[in-house]
Amino acid sequence: MPSVMIRKETETGNLTLYIAKKDLEETVTSIEFDSEDRWGGQFDLADGSSYYIDPLDAPPKLPITLRAKRA
Amino acid sequence: MTIDKSATDALIEEVLDVYPAKAKKDRTKHLASNDTEATKSCVTSNRKSLPGVMTARGCAYAGSKGVVWGPIKDMIHVSHGPVGCGQYSRAGRRNYYTGTTGVNAFGTMNFTSDFQERDIVFGGDKKLASIVDEIETLFPLAQGISIQSECPVGLIGDDIEAVAKTKGKEIGKTIVPVRCEGFRGVSQSLGHHIANDTVRDYVLEGAADKEQKREVGPYDVAIIGDYNIGGDAWSSRILLEQIGLNVVSQWSGDGTLPELENTPSVKLNLIHCYRSMNYISRHMEEKYGIPWMEYNLFGPTKCEESLRKIAAFFDETIQAKAEEVIAEYKKQWEPIVEKYKPRLQGKKVMLYVGGLRPRHVIGAYEDLGMEIVGTGYEFAHNDDYVKTATEVKDATLIYDDVTGFELEKFAEVIKPDLIGAGVKEKYIFQKMGIPFRQMHSWDYSGPYHGFDGFAIFARDMDMTLNNPCWDKLTAPWKKTEDEALAETA
Repeated sequence: MPSVMIRKETETGNLTLYIAKKDLEETVTSIEFDSEDRWGGQFDLADGSSYYIDPLDAPPKLPITLRAKRA
Repeated sequence: MTIDKSATDALIEEVLDVYPAKAKKDRTKHLASNDTEATKSCVTSNRKSLPGVMTARGCAYAGSKGVVWGPIKDMIHVSHGPVGCGQYSRAGRRNYYTGTTGVNAFGTMNFTSDFQERDIVFGGDKKLASIVDEIETLFPLAQGISIQSECPVGLIGDDIEAVAKTKGKEIGKTIVPVRCEGFRGVSQSLGHHIANDTVRDYVLEGAADKEQKREVGPYDVAIIGDYNIGGDAWSSRILLEQIGLNVVSQWSGDGTLPELENTPSVKLNLIHCYRSMNYISRHMEEKYGIPWMEYNLFGPTKCEESLRKIAAFFDETIQAKAEEVIAEYKKQWEPIVEKYKPRLQGKKVMLYVGGLRPRHVIGAYEDLGMEIVGTGYEFAHNDDYVKTATEVKDATLIYDDVTGFELEKFAEVIKPDLIGAGVKEKYIFQKMGIPFRQMHSWDYSGPYHGFDGFAIFARDMDMTLNNPCWDKLTAPWKKTEDEALAETA
Protein backbone atom coordinates (compact mmCIF):
# COMPACT_ATOMS: atom_id res chain seq x y z
CA MET A 1 0.00 0.00 0.00
CA PRO A 2 2.28 2.82 -1.12
CA SER A 3 1.36 6.47 -0.74
CA VAL A 4 0.96 8.13 -4.09
CA MET A 5 0.54 11.78 -4.99
CA ILE A 6 -1.78 12.72 -7.81
CA ARG A 7 -1.16 16.06 -9.41
CA LYS A 8 -2.26 18.08 -12.42
CA GLU A 9 0.66 19.36 -14.50
CA THR A 10 0.52 23.15 -14.68
CA GLU A 11 1.66 23.34 -18.29
CA THR A 12 0.19 20.32 -20.01
CA GLY A 13 -2.84 19.71 -17.81
CA ASN A 14 -1.91 16.01 -17.68
CA LEU A 15 -2.60 14.02 -14.56
CA THR A 16 0.53 12.50 -13.05
CA LEU A 17 0.94 9.89 -10.37
CA TYR A 18 4.01 10.02 -8.15
CA ILE A 19 5.02 7.05 -6.04
CA ALA A 20 7.26 8.43 -3.31
CA LYS A 21 8.66 5.08 -2.25
CA LYS A 22 9.84 4.20 -5.75
CA ASP A 23 10.61 7.82 -6.60
CA LEU A 24 8.67 7.27 -9.79
CA GLU A 25 6.62 9.81 -11.68
CA GLU A 26 4.34 8.73 -14.50
CA THR A 27 1.56 10.22 -16.58
CA VAL A 28 -1.89 8.79 -15.94
CA THR A 29 -3.44 7.48 -19.15
CA SER A 30 -6.86 6.57 -17.81
CA ILE A 31 -8.94 6.71 -14.62
CA GLU A 32 -11.71 4.25 -13.97
CA PHE A 33 -14.13 6.72 -12.33
CA ASP A 34 -13.84 10.39 -13.20
CA SER A 35 -17.20 12.01 -12.63
CA GLU A 36 -18.78 14.51 -10.23
CA ASP A 37 -19.99 11.90 -7.75
CA ARG A 38 -17.28 9.26 -8.03
CA TRP A 39 -13.54 9.60 -8.51
CA GLY A 40 -10.80 7.01 -8.31
CA GLY A 41 -10.62 3.30 -9.04
CA GLN A 42 -7.98 1.99 -11.35
CA PHE A 43 -5.28 4.36 -12.63
CA ASP A 44 -3.40 3.22 -15.73
CA LEU A 45 0.06 4.71 -16.18
CA ALA A 46 2.11 5.46 -19.27
CA ASP A 47 4.71 2.83 -18.39
CA GLY A 48 2.08 0.08 -18.47
CA SER A 49 1.58 -0.41 -14.73
CA SER A 50 -1.64 0.38 -12.92
CA TYR A 51 -2.69 1.26 -9.38
CA TYR A 52 -6.00 1.09 -7.56
CA ILE A 53 -7.24 3.85 -5.30
CA ASP A 54 -10.50 3.48 -3.35
CA PRO A 55 -13.04 5.70 -5.13
CA LEU A 56 -13.86 9.03 -3.49
CA ASP A 57 -17.33 10.61 -3.42
CA ALA A 58 -16.20 13.73 -5.30
CA PRO A 59 -13.16 14.79 -7.33
CA PRO A 60 -10.59 16.03 -4.78
CA LYS A 61 -8.57 19.22 -4.84
CA LEU A 62 -5.24 18.33 -6.44
CA PRO A 63 -2.49 17.62 -5.56
CA ILE A 64 -3.54 14.97 -3.08
CA THR A 65 -1.70 12.10 -1.38
CA LEU A 66 -3.66 8.86 -1.16
CA ARG A 67 -3.04 5.22 -0.41
CA ALA A 68 -2.90 3.04 -3.48
CA LYS A 69 -2.81 -0.68 -4.19
CA ARG A 70 -1.08 -2.28 -7.10
CA ALA A 71 -3.88 -3.27 -9.48
CA MET B 1 26.35 14.80 -39.86
CA THR B 2 22.81 13.51 -39.95
CA ILE B 3 22.11 10.90 -37.36
CA ASP B 4 19.81 8.03 -38.12
CA LYS B 5 18.33 5.52 -35.78
CA SER B 6 19.90 2.41 -37.27
CA ALA B 7 23.40 3.88 -37.03
CA THR B 8 22.87 4.79 -33.37
CA ASP B 9 21.49 1.35 -32.58
CA ALA B 10 24.39 -0.30 -34.39
CA LEU B 11 26.81 1.79 -32.36
CA ILE B 12 25.20 0.71 -29.09
CA GLU B 13 25.31 -2.92 -30.22
CA GLU B 14 28.97 -2.62 -31.17
CA VAL B 15 30.02 -1.02 -27.90
CA LEU B 16 28.11 -3.50 -25.74
CA ASP B 17 29.56 -6.48 -27.54
CA VAL B 18 32.50 -6.87 -25.16
CA TYR B 19 30.32 -7.38 -22.08
CA PRO B 20 29.33 -10.80 -20.75
CA ALA B 21 25.81 -11.77 -21.83
CA LYS B 22 24.13 -10.86 -18.55
CA ALA B 23 25.81 -7.48 -18.25
CA LYS B 24 25.06 -6.75 -21.88
CA LYS B 25 21.39 -7.50 -21.39
CA ASP B 26 21.27 -5.16 -18.41
CA ARG B 27 23.17 -2.31 -20.06
CA THR B 28 21.10 -2.48 -23.27
CA LYS B 29 18.13 -1.14 -21.32
CA HIS B 30 20.08 1.99 -20.34
CA LEU B 31 21.17 3.00 -23.84
CA ALA B 32 18.90 4.08 -26.67
CA SER B 33 18.44 6.35 -29.61
CA ASN B 34 16.09 9.23 -28.99
CA ASP B 35 12.51 9.20 -30.20
CA THR B 36 10.93 12.66 -29.99
CA GLU B 37 7.43 11.22 -30.38
CA ALA B 38 7.71 8.84 -27.41
CA THR B 39 5.38 9.41 -24.47
CA LYS B 40 7.39 7.21 -22.15
CA SER B 41 11.05 7.13 -21.24
CA CYS B 42 13.20 5.42 -23.87
CA VAL B 43 15.71 4.08 -21.33
CA THR B 44 15.57 2.39 -17.96
CA SER B 45 16.93 4.60 -15.20
CA ASN B 46 17.50 4.84 -11.46
CA ARG B 47 18.79 1.30 -11.19
CA LYS B 48 21.79 -0.08 -9.35
CA SER B 49 25.01 0.18 -11.36
CA LEU B 50 26.62 -3.07 -12.47
CA PRO B 51 29.31 -4.32 -10.11
CA GLY B 52 32.73 -4.05 -11.69
CA VAL B 53 32.11 -1.16 -14.04
CA MET B 54 33.29 2.39 -13.50
CA THR B 55 30.47 4.91 -13.23
CA ALA B 56 30.37 8.52 -12.19
CA ARG B 57 27.71 8.25 -9.51
CA GLY B 58 27.81 9.60 -5.99
CA CYS B 59 26.20 8.38 -2.78
CA ALA B 60 23.26 9.50 -0.65
CA TYR B 61 25.61 11.50 1.58
CA ALA B 62 26.86 13.37 -1.50
CA GLY B 63 23.27 14.14 -2.44
CA SER B 64 22.37 15.46 0.98
CA LYS B 65 25.50 17.14 2.31
CA GLY B 66 27.02 18.11 -1.03
CA VAL B 67 23.93 19.18 -2.90
CA VAL B 68 20.91 20.09 -0.83
CA TRP B 69 22.13 20.97 2.67
CA GLY B 70 25.73 22.02 2.05
CA PRO B 71 25.07 25.36 0.33
CA ILE B 72 22.90 26.66 3.19
CA LYS B 73 25.50 29.05 4.44
CA ASP B 74 24.43 30.03 7.93
CA MET B 75 24.10 26.49 9.22
CA ILE B 76 26.90 24.18 10.26
CA HIS B 77 26.74 20.84 8.49
CA VAL B 78 28.51 18.21 10.56
CA SER B 79 29.76 15.22 8.57
CA HIS B 80 29.03 12.64 11.24
CA GLY B 81 31.43 9.73 10.85
CA PRO B 82 35.02 9.26 9.70
CA VAL B 83 36.86 12.29 8.44
CA GLY B 84 37.27 11.45 4.74
CA CYS B 85 33.75 11.90 3.34
CA GLY B 86 33.63 15.52 4.44
CA GLN B 87 37.21 16.48 3.77
CA TYR B 88 37.46 15.12 0.24
CA SER B 89 34.20 16.76 -0.81
CA ARG B 90 34.89 20.05 0.93
CA ALA B 91 34.30 23.21 -1.13
CA GLY B 92 34.51 21.24 -4.38
CA ARG B 93 31.19 22.38 -5.73
CA ARG B 94 31.88 26.12 -5.74
CA ASN B 95 28.57 27.18 -4.19
CA TYR B 96 29.32 30.86 -3.85
CA TYR B 97 27.97 32.84 -0.92
CA THR B 98 28.30 36.21 0.75
CA GLY B 99 29.29 36.47 4.38
CA THR B 100 32.36 36.04 6.51
CA THR B 101 33.48 32.43 6.54
CA GLY B 102 33.85 31.13 10.07
CA VAL B 103 31.80 33.95 11.57
CA ASN B 104 28.34 34.00 10.03
CA ALA B 105 28.81 31.76 6.99
CA PHE B 106 30.29 28.28 6.93
CA GLY B 107 29.98 27.09 3.35
CA THR B 108 33.56 26.15 2.55
CA MET B 109 34.46 24.82 6.00
CA ASN B 110 34.50 21.16 6.93
CA PHE B 111 33.01 20.04 10.23
CA THR B 112 33.34 16.40 11.15
CA SER B 113 33.01 14.17 14.17
CA ASP B 114 36.12 12.25 13.00
CA PHE B 115 35.01 8.75 14.10
CA GLN B 116 37.70 6.56 15.64
CA GLU B 117 37.55 2.88 16.50
CA ARG B 118 36.16 3.56 19.99
CA ASP B 119 33.27 5.57 18.51
CA ILE B 120 32.33 2.61 16.35
CA VAL B 121 32.56 0.24 19.35
CA PHE B 122 30.89 2.41 21.99
CA GLY B 123 28.70 4.61 19.76
CA GLY B 124 29.20 8.24 18.76
CA ASP B 125 26.21 9.91 20.41
CA LYS B 126 28.19 11.39 23.31
CA LYS B 127 30.73 12.75 20.89
CA LEU B 128 27.98 14.29 18.81
CA ALA B 129 26.53 16.01 21.86
CA SER B 130 29.89 17.48 22.76
CA ILE B 131 30.36 18.63 19.15
CA VAL B 132 27.11 20.57 19.36
CA ASP B 133 28.37 22.30 22.53
CA GLU B 134 31.69 23.03 20.90
CA ILE B 135 30.02 24.55 17.84
CA GLU B 136 27.81 26.68 20.06
CA THR B 137 30.89 28.04 21.87
CA LEU B 138 33.09 28.60 18.82
CA PHE B 139 30.49 29.72 16.28
CA PRO B 140 27.67 31.44 18.16
CA LEU B 141 26.31 33.05 14.97
CA ALA B 142 25.45 29.73 13.34
CA GLN B 143 21.68 29.63 12.92
CA GLY B 144 21.41 25.88 13.11
CA ILE B 145 23.18 22.56 12.73
CA SER B 146 22.56 19.66 10.41
CA ILE B 147 23.94 16.20 11.15
CA GLN B 148 24.88 14.45 7.91
CA SER B 149 25.29 10.74 8.63
CA GLU B 150 28.06 8.81 6.98
CA CYS B 151 27.85 5.03 6.48
CA PRO B 152 29.13 3.84 9.93
CA VAL B 153 26.47 5.82 11.81
CA GLY B 154 23.74 3.78 10.14
CA LEU B 155 25.64 0.53 10.55
CA ILE B 156 26.14 0.87 14.30
CA GLY B 157 22.65 2.34 14.81
CA ASP B 158 23.41 5.59 16.62
CA ASP B 159 20.33 7.54 17.67
CA ILE B 160 21.20 10.91 16.16
CA GLU B 161 17.54 12.00 16.25
CA ALA B 162 17.53 11.81 20.06
CA VAL B 163 20.75 13.81 20.35
CA ALA B 164 19.38 16.40 17.90
CA LYS B 165 16.19 16.72 19.91
CA THR B 166 17.73 17.14 23.36
CA LYS B 167 20.61 19.36 22.26
CA GLY B 168 18.31 21.44 20.04
CA LYS B 169 16.14 22.23 23.06
CA GLU B 170 19.21 23.00 25.13
CA ILE B 171 20.77 25.52 22.74
CA GLY B 172 17.45 26.75 21.29
CA LYS B 173 18.45 26.24 17.66
CA THR B 174 17.30 24.03 14.81
CA ILE B 175 19.27 20.78 14.72
CA VAL B 176 18.45 18.54 11.79
CA PRO B 177 19.45 14.86 11.89
CA VAL B 178 19.79 13.59 8.32
CA ARG B 179 19.86 9.83 7.75
CA CYS B 180 21.77 10.08 4.48
CA GLU B 181 24.19 7.17 4.96
CA GLY B 182 26.03 6.52 1.73
CA PHE B 183 24.82 2.97 1.29
CA ARG B 184 21.20 4.06 0.89
CA GLY B 185 19.78 3.98 -2.62
CA VAL B 186 21.55 3.54 -5.93
CA SER B 187 22.94 7.05 -6.38
CA GLN B 188 22.95 10.55 -4.88
CA SER B 189 19.33 10.86 -5.96
CA LEU B 190 18.02 9.21 -2.80
CA GLY B 191 20.18 11.59 -0.78
CA HIS B 192 18.32 14.51 -2.36
CA HIS B 193 15.03 12.88 -1.40
CA ILE B 194 16.12 12.22 2.19
CA ALA B 195 17.43 15.78 2.53
CA ASN B 196 14.18 17.21 1.17
CA ASP B 197 12.21 15.15 3.65
CA THR B 198 14.30 16.47 6.54
CA VAL B 199 13.80 20.04 5.34
CA ARG B 200 10.08 19.31 5.40
CA ASP B 201 10.08 17.68 8.84
CA TYR B 202 12.56 19.84 10.73
CA VAL B 203 12.61 23.23 8.99
CA LEU B 204 9.16 23.84 7.54
CA GLU B 205 7.33 22.01 10.34
CA GLY B 206 9.52 23.66 12.95
CA ALA B 207 8.90 27.11 11.46
CA ALA B 208 5.15 26.63 11.68
CA ASP B 209 5.28 27.47 15.42
CA LYS B 210 7.52 30.50 14.90
CA GLU B 211 5.91 33.87 14.34
CA GLN B 212 6.00 35.05 10.72
CA LYS B 213 7.65 38.45 10.68
CA ARG B 214 7.89 38.86 6.93
CA GLU B 215 5.67 41.28 5.04
CA VAL B 216 3.95 39.24 2.35
CA GLY B 217 3.68 40.79 -1.12
CA PRO B 218 1.88 39.77 -4.30
CA TYR B 219 5.07 39.09 -6.27
CA ASP B 220 6.94 36.90 -3.79
CA VAL B 221 8.75 33.96 -5.34
CA ALA B 222 11.37 31.46 -4.22
CA ILE B 223 14.24 30.17 -6.32
CA ILE B 224 14.44 26.43 -5.64
CA GLY B 225 17.19 24.06 -6.71
CA ASP B 226 19.70 26.66 -7.81
CA TYR B 227 22.97 25.96 -6.03
CA ASN B 228 24.74 29.16 -7.00
CA ILE B 229 27.60 27.38 -8.73
CA GLY B 230 30.02 30.09 -9.71
CA GLY B 231 27.29 32.63 -8.89
CA ASP B 232 24.49 31.11 -11.00
CA ALA B 233 21.69 31.94 -8.59
CA TRP B 234 22.76 35.58 -8.49
CA SER B 235 22.62 35.98 -12.26
CA SER B 236 19.18 34.34 -12.22
CA ARG B 237 17.95 36.41 -9.31
CA ILE B 238 18.90 39.65 -11.05
CA LEU B 239 16.59 38.81 -13.98
CA LEU B 240 13.68 37.88 -11.73
CA GLU B 241 14.07 41.09 -9.76
CA GLN B 242 14.26 43.15 -12.92
CA ILE B 243 10.92 41.82 -14.11
CA GLY B 244 9.46 42.98 -10.81
CA LEU B 245 9.40 39.83 -8.70
CA ASN B 246 10.50 39.72 -5.10
CA VAL B 247 12.86 36.82 -4.50
CA VAL B 248 12.21 35.79 -0.91
CA SER B 249 14.54 32.85 -0.69
CA GLN B 250 17.22 30.94 -2.51
CA TRP B 251 17.27 27.16 -2.10
CA SER B 252 19.90 26.42 -1.37
CA GLY B 253 22.80 28.28 -3.03
CA ASP B 254 23.67 31.33 -0.89
CA GLY B 255 20.57 30.43 1.14
CA THR B 256 19.94 30.78 4.86
CA LEU B 257 17.78 28.98 7.37
CA PRO B 258 15.37 31.92 7.82
CA GLU B 259 14.94 32.03 4.03
CA LEU B 260 13.86 28.40 4.02
CA GLU B 261 11.47 29.07 6.88
CA ASN B 262 9.91 31.98 4.98
CA THR B 263 9.24 30.02 1.82
CA PRO B 264 5.75 28.70 2.70
CA SER B 265 4.42 32.27 2.31
CA VAL B 266 5.54 32.82 -1.31
CA LYS B 267 3.19 32.92 -4.29
CA LEU B 268 5.21 30.74 -6.65
CA ASN B 269 8.10 28.32 -6.35
CA LEU B 270 10.50 28.48 -9.28
CA ILE B 271 12.34 25.20 -9.69
CA HIS B 272 15.63 25.01 -11.44
CA CYS B 273 16.95 21.58 -10.53
CA TYR B 274 13.85 19.44 -10.68
CA ARG B 275 15.64 16.22 -9.80
CA SER B 276 16.94 17.35 -6.43
CA MET B 277 14.16 19.64 -5.18
CA ASN B 278 10.86 18.45 -6.69
CA TYR B 279 10.07 16.62 -3.44
CA ILE B 280 9.85 19.72 -1.30
CA SER B 281 7.95 21.57 -4.04
CA ARG B 282 5.37 18.81 -4.17
CA HIS B 283 5.02 19.01 -0.40
CA MET B 284 4.60 22.79 -0.45
CA GLU B 285 2.03 22.54 -3.24
CA GLU B 286 -0.05 20.05 -1.31
CA LYS B 287 0.29 21.58 2.13
CA TYR B 288 0.48 25.33 1.48
CA GLY B 289 -1.06 25.47 -2.01
CA ILE B 290 2.01 27.04 -3.61
CA PRO B 291 2.19 26.25 -7.33
CA TRP B 292 5.57 25.49 -8.82
CA MET B 293 7.10 25.88 -12.20
CA GLU B 294 10.26 24.61 -13.83
CA TYR B 295 12.38 27.16 -15.63
CA ASN B 296 15.57 27.21 -17.65
CA LEU B 297 17.95 30.15 -17.82
CA PHE B 298 20.65 28.69 -20.08
CA GLY B 299 21.03 30.64 -23.32
CA PRO B 300 18.98 33.60 -24.58
CA THR B 301 16.27 31.53 -26.31
CA LYS B 302 15.44 29.58 -23.15
CA CYS B 303 15.86 32.68 -20.96
CA GLU B 304 13.27 34.57 -22.97
CA GLU B 305 10.95 31.59 -23.02
CA SER B 306 11.27 31.11 -19.25
CA LEU B 307 10.87 34.78 -18.37
CA ARG B 308 7.68 34.93 -20.44
CA LYS B 309 6.42 31.74 -18.84
CA ILE B 310 7.11 33.05 -15.33
CA ALA B 311 5.58 36.46 -16.14
CA ALA B 312 2.45 34.81 -17.53
CA PHE B 313 1.77 33.53 -14.03
CA PHE B 314 1.54 37.11 -12.71
CA ASP B 315 -0.36 40.23 -13.82
CA GLU B 316 0.19 42.58 -16.75
CA THR B 317 2.67 44.89 -15.02
CA ILE B 318 5.07 41.97 -14.64
CA GLN B 319 4.43 40.80 -18.19
CA ALA B 320 5.14 44.28 -19.56
CA LYS B 321 8.32 44.52 -17.50
CA ALA B 322 9.42 41.10 -18.71
CA GLU B 323 9.11 42.24 -22.32
CA GLU B 324 11.12 45.37 -21.46
CA VAL B 325 13.84 43.31 -19.84
CA ILE B 326 13.95 40.88 -22.77
CA ALA B 327 14.25 43.76 -25.25
CA GLU B 328 16.96 45.40 -23.16
CA TYR B 329 19.08 42.25 -22.93
CA LYS B 330 18.66 41.55 -26.64
CA LYS B 331 21.15 44.35 -27.24
CA GLN B 332 23.56 42.58 -24.93
CA TRP B 333 23.36 39.02 -26.24
CA GLU B 334 23.02 39.59 -29.99
CA PRO B 335 26.61 40.79 -30.41
CA ILE B 336 27.78 37.75 -28.42
CA VAL B 337 26.02 35.33 -30.74
CA GLU B 338 27.33 37.33 -33.70
CA LYS B 339 30.87 37.05 -32.41
CA TYR B 340 30.97 33.39 -31.35
CA LYS B 341 28.50 31.68 -33.67
CA PRO B 342 30.79 31.72 -36.72
CA ARG B 343 33.54 30.18 -34.59
CA LEU B 344 31.35 27.44 -33.12
CA GLN B 345 28.75 26.76 -35.81
CA GLY B 346 28.09 23.11 -36.55
CA LYS B 347 30.31 21.72 -33.80
CA LYS B 348 29.11 18.50 -32.20
CA VAL B 349 28.74 18.20 -28.44
CA MET B 350 28.39 15.18 -26.18
CA LEU B 351 27.10 15.70 -22.67
CA TYR B 352 27.15 13.47 -19.63
CA VAL B 353 26.23 15.27 -16.46
CA GLY B 354 23.73 15.00 -13.62
CA GLY B 355 20.61 16.75 -12.41
CA LEU B 356 19.15 19.09 -14.98
CA ARG B 357 22.05 19.96 -17.27
CA PRO B 358 21.86 17.19 -19.87
CA ARG B 359 18.65 18.81 -21.10
CA HIS B 360 18.84 22.39 -19.86
CA VAL B 361 22.12 23.47 -21.44
CA ILE B 362 21.10 22.20 -24.88
CA GLY B 363 19.37 25.51 -25.65
CA ALA B 364 22.53 27.47 -24.92
CA TYR B 365 24.60 25.28 -27.27
CA GLU B 366 21.98 25.56 -29.99
CA ASP B 367 21.97 29.35 -29.67
CA LEU B 368 25.64 29.18 -30.63
CA GLY B 369 24.86 26.96 -33.61
CA MET B 370 26.20 23.80 -32.00
CA GLU B 371 24.60 20.40 -32.16
CA ILE B 372 24.02 17.83 -29.41
CA VAL B 373 24.97 14.33 -30.58
CA GLY B 374 24.66 12.49 -27.29
CA THR B 375 23.37 13.21 -23.82
CA GLY B 376 22.81 11.33 -20.60
CA TYR B 377 22.34 11.58 -16.88
CA GLU B 378 24.21 10.03 -14.00
CA PHE B 379 21.24 9.60 -11.70
CA ALA B 380 18.07 10.67 -13.50
CA HIS B 381 14.65 9.07 -13.24
CA ASN B 382 12.20 8.23 -16.00
CA ASP B 383 10.57 11.69 -15.99
CA ASP B 384 13.90 13.34 -16.77
CA TYR B 385 14.29 11.24 -19.89
CA VAL B 386 10.72 11.99 -20.97
CA LYS B 387 11.54 15.69 -20.71
CA THR B 388 14.83 15.23 -22.56
CA ALA B 389 13.20 13.49 -25.52
CA THR B 390 11.67 16.71 -26.82
CA GLU B 391 14.87 18.72 -26.37
CA VAL B 392 17.18 16.69 -28.59
CA LYS B 393 16.84 15.55 -32.18
CA ASP B 394 15.51 12.18 -33.24
CA ALA B 395 17.99 9.29 -33.06
CA THR B 396 20.41 11.18 -30.79
CA LEU B 397 22.29 8.79 -28.54
CA ILE B 398 20.88 8.70 -25.00
CA TYR B 399 22.81 6.97 -22.23
CA ASP B 400 21.85 6.44 -18.60
CA ASP B 401 24.48 5.89 -15.90
CA VAL B 402 27.03 5.32 -18.65
CA THR B 403 30.20 3.44 -17.75
CA GLY B 404 33.68 4.81 -18.38
CA PHE B 405 34.26 2.23 -21.07
CA GLU B 406 31.04 2.95 -22.95
CA LEU B 407 31.51 6.72 -22.91
CA GLU B 408 35.03 6.43 -24.28
CA LYS B 409 33.90 4.09 -27.04
CA PHE B 410 31.01 6.36 -27.96
CA ALA B 411 33.36 9.31 -28.15
CA GLU B 412 35.77 7.35 -30.35
CA VAL B 413 33.07 6.54 -32.88
CA ILE B 414 30.97 9.70 -32.78
CA LYS B 415 34.06 11.95 -32.70
CA PRO B 416 32.41 14.95 -31.03
CA ASP B 417 34.11 18.35 -31.15
CA LEU B 418 33.42 18.95 -27.48
CA ILE B 419 32.53 16.84 -24.48
CA GLY B 420 30.90 18.22 -21.36
CA ALA B 421 31.07 15.90 -18.35
CA GLY B 422 32.67 15.67 -14.92
CA VAL B 423 36.22 15.90 -13.66
CA LYS B 424 36.62 12.12 -13.69
CA GLU B 425 36.18 12.16 -17.46
CA LYS B 426 38.06 15.37 -18.11
CA TYR B 427 41.65 14.20 -18.39
CA ILE B 428 40.80 10.99 -20.25
CA PHE B 429 39.16 12.89 -23.06
CA GLN B 430 41.72 15.65 -23.12
CA LYS B 431 44.42 13.01 -23.56
CA MET B 432 42.34 11.53 -26.38
CA GLY B 433 42.60 14.97 -27.99
CA ILE B 434 38.98 15.97 -27.55
CA PRO B 435 38.22 19.44 -26.18
CA PHE B 436 36.49 19.09 -22.83
CA ARG B 437 34.51 21.25 -20.42
CA GLN B 438 33.82 20.13 -16.87
CA MET B 439 30.10 20.90 -16.74
CA HIS B 440 29.43 20.12 -13.07
CA SER B 441 30.89 23.31 -11.72
CA TRP B 442 31.57 25.05 -15.03
CA ASP B 443 35.27 24.17 -15.11
CA TYR B 444 36.09 26.73 -12.42
CA SER B 445 34.32 29.45 -14.42
CA GLY B 446 30.72 30.69 -14.38
CA PRO B 447 28.08 31.81 -13.83
CA TYR B 448 26.31 30.37 -16.88
CA HIS B 449 22.73 31.27 -15.97
CA GLY B 450 20.89 34.23 -17.43
CA PHE B 451 21.94 36.63 -20.16
CA ASP B 452 25.03 37.68 -18.24
CA GLY B 453 26.05 34.07 -17.81
CA PHE B 454 25.54 33.32 -21.50
CA ALA B 455 28.37 35.71 -22.38
CA ILE B 456 30.71 33.72 -20.15
CA PHE B 457 29.38 30.43 -21.48
CA ALA B 458 30.01 31.45 -25.10
CA ARG B 459 33.50 32.68 -24.29
CA ASP B 460 34.36 29.47 -22.41
CA MET B 461 33.16 27.19 -25.19
CA ASP B 462 35.12 29.17 -27.79
CA MET B 463 38.20 29.25 -25.57
CA THR B 464 38.10 25.45 -25.20
CA LEU B 465 37.14 24.44 -28.72
CA ASN B 466 39.35 26.83 -30.64
CA ASN B 467 42.32 26.50 -28.34
CA PRO B 468 45.52 26.21 -30.43
CA CYS B 469 46.71 23.31 -28.28
CA TRP B 470 44.49 20.82 -30.12
CA ASP B 471 46.69 21.10 -33.25
CA LYS B 472 49.80 20.34 -31.23
CA LEU B 473 48.91 16.81 -30.22
CA THR B 474 51.27 15.21 -32.72
CA ALA B 475 54.97 15.98 -32.26
CA PRO B 476 56.37 18.01 -35.19
CA TRP B 477 58.79 15.23 -36.24
CA LYS B 478 55.98 12.67 -36.23
CA LYS B 479 53.76 14.63 -38.53
CA THR B 480 53.25 13.27 -42.04
CA GLU B 481 54.27 15.48 -44.93
CA ASP B 482 50.71 16.42 -45.81
CA GLU B 483 50.04 17.74 -42.33
CA ALA B 484 53.25 19.73 -42.29
CA LEU B 485 52.45 21.17 -45.70
CA ALA B 486 48.94 22.07 -44.69
CA GLU B 487 50.30 23.96 -41.71
CA THR B 488 52.72 26.08 -43.72
CA ALA B 489 50.17 26.76 -46.44
